[in-house]
Amino acid sequence: MADKKDGLGPSTGRNDMQFGVFTVGDVTRDPVSGETVSEETRIQTMVAVALKAEEVGLDVFATGEHHNVPFVPSSPTTMLGYIAAKTERLQLSTATTLITTNDPVKIAEDYAMLQHLAGGRVDLMMGRGNMGPVYPWFGQDIRNAVPLAVENYDLLRRLWREDVVDWQGTFRTPLNGFTATPRPLDGVPPFVWHGSIRTPEIAEQAAYYGDGFFHNNIFWPKEHVQRMVELYRRRFEHYGHGPANTAIVGLGGHVFMRKNSQDAIREFRPYFDHAPVYGGSMSLEDYMEMTPMTIGSPQQVIDRTLGFREFVGDYQRQLFIADHAGLPLPIVLEQMEILADEVLPVLRREFEARRAPGVPSDPPLHPRVLAARGEAPATMAEPAGAHA
Amino acid sequence: MSALDTRSLVVVAAGVSEPSSTRLLADRLAAAVDRHLRDAGIQPRIETIEVRPLAHDLASHVLAGFAPPALQTALDAVQAADGVVAVTPIFSASYSGLFKLFFDLVDRDAFDGKPVLLAATGGTARHSLAIEHAMRPLFAYLKADSMPTGVFAATQDWGTGAVAMEGGLIGRIDRAAKQLAVAMAARPTSAPVDPFADPVPFTDLLPRSS
Repeated sequence: MADKKDGLGPSTGRNDMQFGVFTVGDVTRDPVSGETVSEETRIQTMVAVALKAEEVGLDVFATGEHHNVPFVPSSPTTMLGYIAAKTERLQLSTATTLITTNDPVKIAEDYAMLQHLAGGRVDLMMGRGNMGPVYPWFGQDIRNAVPLAVENYDLLRRLWREDVVDWQGTFRTPLNGFTATPRPLDGVPPFVWHGSIRTPEIAEQAAYYGDGFFHNNIFWPKEHVQRMVELYRRRFEHYGHGPANTAIVGLGGHVFMRKNSQDAIREFRPYFDHAPVYGGSMSLEDYMEMTPMTIGSPQQVIDRTLGFREFVGDYQRQLFIADHAGLPLPIVLEQMEILADEVLPVLRREFEARRAPGVPSDPPLHPRVLAARGEAPATMAEPAGAHA
Repeated sequence: MSALDTRSLVVVAAGVSEPSSTRLLADRLAAAVDRHLRDAGIQPRIETIEVRPLAHDLASHVLAGFAPPALQTALDAVQAADGVVAVTPIFSASYSGLFKLFFDLVDRDAFDGKPVLLAATGGTARHSLAIEHAMRPLFAYLKADSMPTGVFAATQDWGTGAVAMEGGLIGRIDRAAKQLAVAMAARPTSAPVDPFADPVPFTDLLPRSS
């Protein structure tokens, strides 16, 4: 890891802020070469990104979960288990795990299993998914997206925290005397983030349980991010988990860098203009002005990213979207090197220097992860009310 | 009514030429609603939104999923309005595509119960029922309270003969404007609900079932 805290503020007994990459796993034609890679190549590309993350000293790799073409990562724990075997230090996460259409019983077991295989280097981000037909393909109705996210997650928590669960709800068959297996590693469930762009119920849900809240912070003006995080922080305090500024926040980011910013723009423009999400919507320049996307020099990325804390407060995890829009793997890996060599040393130092006293630097990780890093374990937040 | 009573009126004009007869009609309707509100002792606040300068923003919003700042300001104004005058040119027997795009992008509940005056312009009176068969179903879908009188202005209506006639354009503008002013006066002004300021508590989201 890079620089330690150097006596800046009181020690929280934790590690530094976490930086990493996330991938959605899209198979997109490279608009420059005209080539479309195979599913096999794309999946191996995602693994290569994860291994590169560990090699260059990033902290986190998070994979998306999709059940529709042109996306390949339908089975996140298969991929993360494989990556776990090939890495020592990398935190494995999701962006996101579909809490709506997956059976919470299977999520509980899959990710507890992964915890055991990965030595506790596991956390998850819950998401609802935005592809309408995926719901009926998995026997659900998109109109129930929020109630599904709420009920399924509440059951998931219980399956990780109670050895024997009796449960009855609306969306799945009841459970009587059920024990999810294996039990979470060392009895400590994986830390959970809840991701949402603009649904206040999800910020409320994250706050209620004292879980983390993640905003993807790409594709949207910062005002969307700001009001969701503000709501989450306010309600986190309301539910008694601690002061609002100590709530656990993660953000995404979208960058492409060259020493000369005009070179970065020239090289990235065809990928922007043809990208599945925003291609054809407006100019790259307008999009950069209206969203947190930064295509430019490493210094511009440093300045813009440090600016995130001005609208969300001090936060604990920053993930950048890595491989997408048909970018070829060598360029993606080169970008990760620039990130690690030229951007992160400054970000790690400056975020900690600016962090208010008493605000944790990172999310609560598994005790074994902390022990391996020579840190004392932090206490995980518990939900409001009697439903611990 | 107290002297402090105010209502906000937003006029949406989707004309594409400059100057446009759609804007001309919109201004006449706004002036008439203004007069009727004042007669009822209400202080109007009137804002007119031209859709034409927002055309590229509308397309960007559809493709990118968020509104550029100028469009967001316009959508917020419509959402917050106590009453709306919606005026479109008739193209191919219906409202224009730009007009539809604008109303496609307003918040889903922005028009729930909101008084709306429907108006349109066209080359000849043969298009006048487009208000009834195209605009009225759109605003019914939006759950708006559409005024019974729609105002259609054909090119010919701007001639003096038509203005003077009983049931002519001036008379229809006045009748529709009065209906809108009465409906706006009768409906208490209310700020839109902000789900971020006042979230649904989690205990209401999760009924305890076990």
